[in-house]
Formats: sequence, structure tokens, C-alpha cells
Amino acid sequence: MEWETVIGLEIHTQLNTVSKIFSGAATAYGAEPNRQACAVDLGLPGVLPVLNAAVVEKAVMLGLAIDARIAPRSVFARKNYFYPDLPKGYQISQYELPIVEQGHLDIDLEDGSRKRIGVTRAHLEEDAGKSLHEGFTAMTGIDLNRAGTPLVEIVSEPDMRSAKEAVAYMKKLHALVRYLGISDGNMQEGSFRCDANVSVRPRGRTEFGTRAEIKNLNSFRFVERAINFEVERQIDLIESGGTVVQETRLYDPDRDETRSMRSKEEANDYRYFPDPDLLPVVIHAEDIEAARRRLPELPDAKRERFISAYGLSAYDAGSLTASRELADYFEAVAAGCGAPKLAANWVMGDFSAALNRSEAGLAQSPVSAAGLAQLLSRIQDETISGKIAKEVFDAMWAGEGGADAIIEARGLKQITDTGAIDAIIDEVIAANPSQLEQYRSGKDKLFGFFVGQVMKKTRGQANPAQVNERLRARLQGD
Amino acid sequence: MKLDTLAGWARRLRARDISSRELTEFYLGRIDRLDSQLNSFISVTPDLALAAADAADERLARGDEAPLLGLPVAQKDIFCTFGVRTSCGSKMLDNFIAPYTATVVERMNAAGAVMLGKTNMDEFAMGSSNETSHYGPVRNPWDPERVPGGSSGGSAAAVAARLVPAATGTDTGGSIRQPAAFCGITGIKPTYGRVSRYGMIAFASSLDQAGPMAASAEDCALMLNAMAGFDPRDSTSVERPVEDFTAGLGADLKGLRIGLPREFFGEGLDPGVRAATEAALAVLRERGAELIEISLPNSGLSVPAYYVVAPAECSSNLARYDGVRFGHRCDEPRDLTDLYTRSRAEGFGAEVKRRIMIGTYVLSAGYYDAYYLKAQKVRRLIADDFRRAFGQVDVIAGPTSPETPFRLGEKSADPVQMYLSDIYTIAVNLAGLPGLSMPAGTVGNLPVGMQLIGNYFDEARLLGVAHQFQQETDWHARMPAAFV
Repeated sequence: MEWETVIGLEIHTQLNTVSKIFSGAATAYGAEPNRQACAVDLGLPGVLPVLNAAVVEKAVMLGLAIDARIAPRSVFARKNYFYPDLPKGYQISQYELPIVEQGHLDIDLEDGSRKRIGVTRAHLEEDAGKSLHEGFTAMTGIDLNRAGTPLVEIVSEPDMRSAKEAVAYMKKLHALVRYLGISDGNMQEGSFRCDANVSVRPRGRTEFGTRAEIKNLNSFRFVERAINFEVERQIDLIESGGTVVQETRLYDPDRDETRSMRSKEEANDYRYFPDPDLLPVVIHAEDIEAARRRLPELPDAKRERFISAYGLSAYDAGSLTASRELADYFEAVAAGCGAPKLAANWVMGDFSAALNRSEAGLAQSPVSAAGLAQLLSRIQDETISGKIAKEVFDAMWAGEGGADAIIEARGLKQITDTGAIDAIIDEVIAANPSQLEQYRSGKDKLFGFFVGQVMKKTRGQANPAQVNERLRARLQGD
Repeated sequence: MKLDTLAGWARRLRARDISSRELTEFYLGRIDRLDSQLNSFISVTPDLALAAADAADERLARGDEAPLLGLPVAQKDIFCTFGVRTSCGSKMLDNFIAPYTATVVERMNAAGAVMLGKTNMDEFAMGSSNETSHYGPVRNPWDPERVPGGSSGGSAAAVAARLVPAATGTDTGGSIRQPAAFCGITGIKPTYGRVSRYGMIAFASSLDQAGPMAASAEDCALMLNAMAGFDPRDSTSVERPVEDFTAGLGADLKGLRIGLPREFFGEGLDPGVRAATEAALAVLRERGAELIEISLPNSGLSVPAYYVVAPAECSSNLARYDGVRFGHRCDEPRDLTDLYTRSRAEGFGAEVKRRIMIGTYVLSAGYYDAYYLKAQKVRRLIADDFRRAFGQVDVIAGPTSPETPFRLGEKSADPVQMYLSDIYTIAVNLAGLPGLSMPAGTVGNLPVGMQLIGNYFDEARLLGVAHQFQQETDWHARMPAAFV
């Protein structure tokens, strides 16, 4: 039988506010355990939550960016369950009335087409603390620094049909929150993590199969592998006569498999009810307009602009706009050297390759946009060839200085003096009489040999176009 | 030394007739000598009190005019007080030394009040008799065989016996007004949102409200001046300027329209309480008030609605007492579930457990709509009743409680009978209105309280009516014989 995969994602994004969603404690990552947990975060008797207004602004920006409805009135509810890293015994979240509803995000598929993925809702909530098991015997450590960190949970429709589509959606959303500047999107630190709802059904059937929810996937690779494993597992199970049960599963990256965590029967009854400590969040049309004015250019719009303004291909424009930093970097380079296509090739080519090799973020790049623009300008004004430019770039990356300084220091300036080039050509011709004869008798391929010899003698510094032109004339014997 | 009211002491302190230290020592002496008969305090803090009194004396000497400067008060043990045990009447928090101070306490401290200690209360404010306290029941100073009411029974008994001139209380369903009535003192539950709940240990967040308990309306007004006001740490606190509640005390009652809900004078009302209430109403009429019969048709639904909403909120509010971070923790837990279940089973008393179970039930999947949602709708109907009534009248009056103080143990076996003790007070919390109880007479030796209910933020008017009544009568000035 042919099977179809159905995937919906719930993505938790940490909002990058300075203080927590309901308290004044700092949200910075990496502090000593429990040093960033105030009385409110600890859930001490008598404390009360107060909503951080910055959180609402950021959620509204997200809602606008995915073309969603911003609820004029949304309500915080308590999700009640006991867990040691949940200090109050309930999580403050939004339930019946979330702040954002009915949006969508378009993803690009491998065949070049676009697909629209529905976003059911996005709601605000507080993060829990962390339970620490390492370094404790017969006990568990609790770190409440993360407790109360603002999250927006973005719930998609079950619109994705493969792990690849799921990853494309997740990447698109990841880029979006970073474009909006509402989250640092740091996946290692858990700022952007995903639960995947996965089911399979015979192709052509309209009703969904029973789904399993895979919890806490914190990398694109894990999402793809976990979904693929889970799809295989479900198909194997059904084909061998079994049935999929609704349950929560955990992905184990070491074994590359998902394991059952709890079944539907063991699921908590969260006893949601509106939190009486907090007023409803009321958002006026003016608030929405103010947030709209703060929206930066979004990835899709930027991509279109790159195609029309810079004459880039759809593929190149897509790659360059995948992250806001890369797009900004590209635009700075293009403006600096005046050659957008050259800039695009370099940014996507040598620059991205070097960045990947160094595993550094763009912000830590040793070659600034202005530096790269200077290098490309030297290609443009024919001071150096594209080939020499690669050598200069490597030197810049190694910290040897700016492009001009390196060209000067290493004597890499291109030879454009016709007389000097002619002299070298003459030397080469004189030194290779038999090749000259063969060439003149019709072995055209030997042209490349002569070019190579000339370039070798000039250590690559001769202007290639000039070499071609002069050499051809000389070889023909004029 | 001759006893005086809070307002009286304030005048004498300012006249340098007495020092705050002398006054504080005087009341600490009374507590020391007399509280063994009442058990109205959970913690007495003489060292802190004397240090605060000395500081107040210095401020008085400098001519500082802070409104409560040098005046001894007691805090209900529901308010977090830095460095002092804050037990909430529960074994669960017997070992809890608050690491921060509630806004109400902070404001009163800033106003110069001298805290003598923390008063006894029903466990987590759940009770109407003060019998659910982990620290034992409080006795009514008018009759030690009888309850002082609850949950602010310690504050009410201490003020009635003049172990302290004034105290704070909290009122979720009548917990200021009913004990004030049972002990023959004055107490006011302000409009929901008037007084910050920050640092006040939550029972039912949408109903809880702190207020003053004292001998007279004037004293309550002085206290409320210090307690009320917007607090950015409490999202439900109302951003609105606080008037001087003592300013309207002199307003006369001519033309005041007082509504008498027929539902508050019907079946179940003790005839003695009815007679005392009617006599008190006659006094108000003689002072020029107009008595108008009104109806609050949905008030009969208030007790059942309350016993859905309040337990629902409490079941969630009390989830934090899990033995993990603070409070009671069972010995040698075997695992996490054992830690939770034994810590909570050992730390909470029966009434608290009953309400947690009711609340958990009414919020459960499949029951939420039938109970919690329905109760919230009833709540709106009750508020609508009051809104209509306040179109016709300025103040609503009636008995605070259908009966005089009952005997210890009399209702312990029957929670529903206990719950009905708050039948006239609960609707006020559900609607979020201000309500006051003042001494209105006696049945035999036992005090009877009259409740005045006002429109939103109309505390000044309630205090004014009570003050005018207290100009005409001396019920509020009477004291239980054993404590004179």
C-alpha cells in the first residue's frame, strides 16, 4: 500500500525580552542555577504575576508577519500539573483565547513550487525550570532560572506531508522570528524547539490516522530524522497488523529512534481555567498599527526585491534571504562594490564556505562586508583577477589585513601593461618551438598550454583577458 | 492605663501624652496576660515591635505626621512579613519564614504602624469559625465556649479583647465581616482591587480582599487610608486615586436611601439577630435615612456558586505547596509521588483538603462547563442584581450573619451548615463590592453585626454611615467583661 505522511508542528520560541514574562528577573542564559529566579519565579506564597508588555508586542509582530488575526482580547489560563521544575503547580499559558489565530507561512519545495502551511494559533506562555539529573545521586536538582521565560507556542495545521516539508517550515519560521528580532532562535540553548505530531494514512484517504507526538526536538536534523523514523515505525506497525496508539514519544538522537513516553490514558487532565491573577490582554487597532510600523522587511518581500533590484535568480535570492544577517551582509557588500551579482556569487560561494568551515556565526566573521566589498572592487577595477582574489580573501580571513594591503604586500597587482605581457609571451613562444609548430599546424588545444605558461611566468598576475588576446595574435604570427 | 481607640491613641501620641514604646509595651502586656484565654495570636513579635516603636518615637519627636505613626497593630498571619514566620494557619507553612513583605504590611509599616504579631486564622483562610487553624481554635472573648467566626477570627478576637487596637483581615466570602460581627467590632472588606493582594497568601484570587478590623468605623478609615492604593505588583489592583476615608465620616444621613433585601430577612434568620438589626435600622431612619425594601433575587445562588469558584481557584493556588521548595516536606520520601502525596497529606488539614478536592473536581475535563462555567454565569447574575439595586438605593443593609456566634465544635461535623454562616456576605465577594460589618446590638451577651454593602469604591460612604451610627450608639464601645 502507498502511505501518506501527515505532520503538524508545535514550535516553542523563546521571546528575547530582557526580563521574564511575569516577573522582573533577567532572562539571560547561562547564569549559575537559581540566580535568576525571583520570588515570583519561585512561586513563593503570596506572589502575583504581572505581564511584561514587551511580550505582547512581539507576539503581535509575529501575528502580523504570518498574516494572522490578532485577537482583540486574549486570556491567560492556568494549566495545572505537578512537576518539580514547575514552581506554582501550574503553567500560565493561553488556552481558549490565544493572542494570534489563523495565519500561514509559505514554504519552498524542492521542485521549485511553493506550499502554504496553515498556522492554527500562536499563544503566549511561561517556560518551566529545568530538572538536573547529572551530579546528583538519588536526588534531582532544580534550576529555576528558565522558569518564567516568555515563550510563544506556534501551532501549525497538519499540512506537511514529509519530513523535508516539516524542516522547510521550521527553517522558514526560524528565519522569520530572527528577521522580526523577537527571538534569538538559538536552538542549542532551547530558544527554538519543536514538538512534531506525526501520523500516516493510506494515500487518498481523507481522515487522519492516529498520531504520535514527538517531544522536544531541538535541531532541524533531529526533526527530520525523528519524523522519518516515526513514519517508518508507524507503517511497519500497521503493515504487520498492529495499530498506532495515541501517545507522546521522545526522540533519542544517539540511537536514532523514538520511544514511548506516555500514552493517552496516562495524559494529564490540565484543568485549564482563566488565571484570576491576570487581566485579559486587550489589543487595540492602534497597537496593531504601531506594531505593523515596526515590522522589518520580511523574507519573502526581501527575496522579491533581490530578484527585481539586483537581477538575481530566484534561487540565489532565496539563499541570500534565508537569514536576515546574511541578507544584510550581502546588501552591504553589493552597495560597497557596486556589483550585485559578483557580490552574490562571493557571499554564497567563498564567503559562506569559509563561514561554514570556521563554524563561526556571521557576526564573528573576520571579513566584514566593507572588507569584502573592497576586495570585489579590486576585481571590478581589474587590479586583480578573480583567481588572485581568492588568495587575497583567504589571507583576509586569516587576519592579514584588508584587501589593498594584502595585494600590495604580496605584490599581487595584476599586470596590465601590454608591453610587459607581450615580452613574456615572446619568451614563452621562443622557449616552446615544437608546441608552436603543432599549434600552427592546427592543434588548437595547445592554446591553453601557452596561456598556462604565461600565467605561470607572471605568477597568475597577468590580466587573463589581455593574455588571451595578445597571445592569440602572436601565435597566429602577426 | 485607660484603653482608647486607634484614633484616640493617635491623638495622644501626637500630643506626646504617651510614647509609642509605652503604648506598645502596654498592649504587649495585655497579649501576654490575656491571650492564653483566646489563642488569637500565632506569633507575637515583641522585639520587632519595640524596635519599631522606638523608631516611631524618634519620628514623632521630629514631627513626622505619618498617619499610623507609633500605633500598635496586628497582621493576620496570611500576610508575608520579612523574617517572620508566615504560617497562614497551616502546618504546611509552620516553618515558612517569609523572605519578603506583603504590600499591605509594607504600606502600614511606611505609615508608621508598629506590628505586635501575627494573628490566628482558619487554615489558608478556609473556615468560618477559626477551628481549622493548625494552631488551635480561637475563642470568642464574649464567651470562651463560642467561636469568634472566621477566617480572620484571631484579628477579630484580639481587637474585641483590646489586645491590639486594630488588625488586618482578609475576606474571601465573609472572613472580615462575619468574625467582626461575632466579636462585636467593625470591619470592612473594600471593593475588589482596592487593596493590593501582593504578599497576601492566596485562597481564591478573584475573591480575596484585605481590609481593616478595629473597634470603630473611624479606626477602620484610618487603617484603610494606609492599606489602600494601586500596586503595580498586583495586576488586579485598581489604578485609581485613594481618597481620605476619614473625610466623609461626618456626612449626615439625611436622604440616604438604604435598601433592605427581602432575601436577607427571610427564613433561617435568628429572631434575636433580626430584632437587633431592625432596631439598628430604626436608629438610621431616625437620623434621616430612608429604608426601602429591595430584592436581590439571585442571592440564594451565591453559596453554591461560591463553593464552586473558591475551591476551583484554591485547588490551583495551593498546588505550589508540594514539599519541593518551601513549607512542610515529609520525612524520607521514597520518590516524587511519595514526596507530593505525603507532604500534602501531612501538611494540609481536612477542610483545606476538602476544598482542594472539590476544586479539582469542578475543573476536571467534562465537568468544567457544568460547574465552573455555570458558577461564573451565576456570579454575573448576582452582580447584575446589585447593579439594579444600586439604581434605587445608596447603601444596602441587613444582618451580617444569620446567627450569633455558635459553640466550638457545633458545626464541625457539617460543612454545609458551616458554609451557610456566610450566606449574607458571600454575594458581596462574588460581585466584588465593598461590605462593612458594625456592632448593631446583642442577643443576650453575644454581639450582633449589621452589614452595609456599598456600590463599587463607595467605602467612604459605608464608613460614614457606620460612623454616624456609632455617634448615636455605644455597641462598638462595649467590651467583653473578662478583658476590661
